[in-house]
Amino acid sequence: MAAITLIEAVNAALAYELEHDQDVVLFGEDVGKNGGVFRATDGLQKKYGEDRVIDSPLAESMIAGLAVGMAAQGLKPVAEMQFMGFIFPAVDQIFGQAARMRHRTRGRLTMPMVIRAPFGGGIHAPEHHSESTEALFAHIPGLKVVIPSNPSRAYGLMLAAIRDPDPVIFLEPKRVYRIVKHEVEDNGEEYPLEACFVDREGSDITLISWGAMMHETNIAAEKLAAEGIDAEVIDVATVSPIDMDTILESARKTGRVCIVQEAPKSGAVGSEIAAEIAEHAIMSLLAPIGRVSGYDTVMPYYKLEKQYMPTVDRILDEARKIMEYK
Amino acid sequence: MTTRTTASFEIKYHQYLDADGKATQELPAFAKDMDKMRSLYRDMALLRAFDAKAYALQRTGKMGTFPASLGQEAIGIGYGDAMTEKDVLVPYYRSTGALLKHGVSMKEILLYWGGNEDGSDYAVAKEDFPICVPIANQIIHCAGVAKAMQMRGEKRAAATEIGEGGTSEGDFYEGINVAGIWNLGCVFMVNNNQWAISVPTEIQTACETYAQKAIAAGIEGVQVDGNDIIAVKQMAEYAFEKARNGGGPTLIEAITYRLCDHTTADDASRYDDPTVKEEAWKNEPMVRLRKYLEANNAWTEVDEDSMKAEIAAEVDSAVKEYEAHPKPGAELMFDHLYAELPEMTKPQREAALALQTKGAK
Repeated sequence: MAAITLIEAVNAALAYELEHDQDVVLFGEDVGKNGGVFRATDGLQKKYGEDRVIDSPLAESMIAGLAVGMAAQGLKPVAEMQFMGFIFPAVDQIFGQAARMRHRTRGRLTMPMVIRAPFGGGIHAPEHHSESTEALFAHIPGLKVVIPSNPSRAYGLMLAAIRDPDPVIFLEPKRVYRIVKHEVEDNGEEYPLEACFVDREGSDITLISWGAMMHETNIAAEKLAAEGIDAEVIDVATVSPIDMDTILESARKTGRVCIVQEAPKSGAVGSEIAAEIAEHAIMSLLAPIGRVSGYDTVMPYYKLEKQYMPTVDRILDEARKIMEYK
Repeated sequence: MTTRTTASFEIKYHQYLDADGKATQELPAFAKDMDKMRSLYRDMALLRAFDAKAYALQRTGKMGTFPASLGQEAIGIGYGDAMTEKDVLVPYYRSTGALLKHGVSMKEILLYWGGNEDGSDYAVAKEDFPICVPIANQIIHCAGVAKAMQMRGEKRAAATEIGEGGTSEGDFYEGINVAGIWNLGCVFMVNNNQWAISVPTEIQTACETYAQKAIAAGIEGVQVDGNDIIAVKQMAEYAFEKARNGGGPTLIEAITYRLCDHTTADDASRYDDPTVKEEAWKNEPMVRLRKYLEANNAWTEVDEDSMKAEIAAEVDSAVKEYEAHPKPGAELMFDHLYAELPEMTKPQREAALALQTKGAK
């Protein structure tokens, strides 16, 4: 057992499935010899061969469409979009084909496929490399959208995504690819999809987030604890479909909710969570639901990205404001 | 300045029967088998009768929008006949002929256009794709299917079809390009019926042919007379044989004319020139095959009449099955969305079922 980063955990999970399931095949731009631009697939082609870890031509719709064709034949393709900002040509295939195939054939053809994409800001990347557009995918019935926040979840959730019989969009928060290391046992044990993780139990306020923002959210919870505020912290992890039971239970318990997301505020995953809480737990709330998010603006070039992205201080401000309601 | 030619290409056009049903060159062996040719003629006649019935069902409110294949029957029947059960078909919306040839029933096709997903749950062609409506997505699926076959070392082919307008889509090039690079066992049929709804070829491409688009993907591209079923079948058999045996993909541009509207929702008289269309009727595929059969003493007026009666009965029987098929229940919106319905969606299923029950009372 070794301490590994999130991206090493992705690599370990991919390797585990390549090793144990002959139907698993990896492909995408630069995933083979180069091991991916972030090294997510480092060493996998060498170990599992060019037939199973395949450098594809540079065409995102083709990458997703190939996965549809291969999945219909019973393979378990794991395709990489090099950056989420380039996923849009593939949206036609993902929304119009992968998400619908099981439904439109009454279950005759299924799509056990994964589309991986690094996403999110904070690494001083060029334009189109920093957006958080998970809500677009979360909106589409037939897809599952999974976002790990740390190395052990990346490992367990990636295994689950590959083994899932339906198409999974697996979004990797690249800002935290190497920010922390976890002891992760490479034992092939998956984590459940459609399940939130409770990072910290608390009784005063529920902080809800996912992906890279879990880092700031957990720091904020510690600081709140120092102020005598006992925060419960929930990592949504699967942002579609959402495990609302865990969220509602917590909201009913604490009566105060703060949702933290890197994505723009409106029409987002956080909006849906807020709406569900309002629909099912509003009578338990002691304060209005708060949201800390990116702005409803175009993701700025990196000179302004720090001002765009939620910070620990912004989370603390919002949480304190929520706590002030009596 | 001196230059050298680094690449050049030519496109071959294949035709065996002219519009009068006369051989333009030595015919392939199957074309001399009159039982075979009679059965192909019957397949085309069935497709034409099915189309007419489907149109009537739409016009009388018994079915939704439908795209016919009038004038283009030789394409789907021709390449469909070159397929084996083990090959996989990735159809688009005007692949009715190939679907029928590959074991998809008239009832299933009617159910699909009648707004019921049961129509894509093929009883026989279990691995075939449902009909692709977004233009050109199917080209890449065909490559993906062929990649799976290649990885498993199977001697099977994947076939798909697209209109000539669809070749303007990115997915078209992305699909044939990867099929070329990976040497995939694909057969790409281009139904060049001259029209993408109202948009003619001169607005679709500056190329002299659609077949030459294959050249830019490094794959073989050929043209056939799409109204000559012998040419379509002959070239398709070559392409399938090649695809099944590691020879890689082929793109076949079948030149024809859409004698019908784009779909039942279209009115081609708004843009099609009636004199051009009248001329196109002289080239349509069934007349020439009938003339060929007659010239070989393999078809008579009696044959024609009895075939038409048989076909009408078959189509009517399929329509009866279609009409007797139960209406889908609201649960079917939910039950095949995922392997397991998400918890957060379950209350919506219950609500839809409750409304359905209430409505039934």
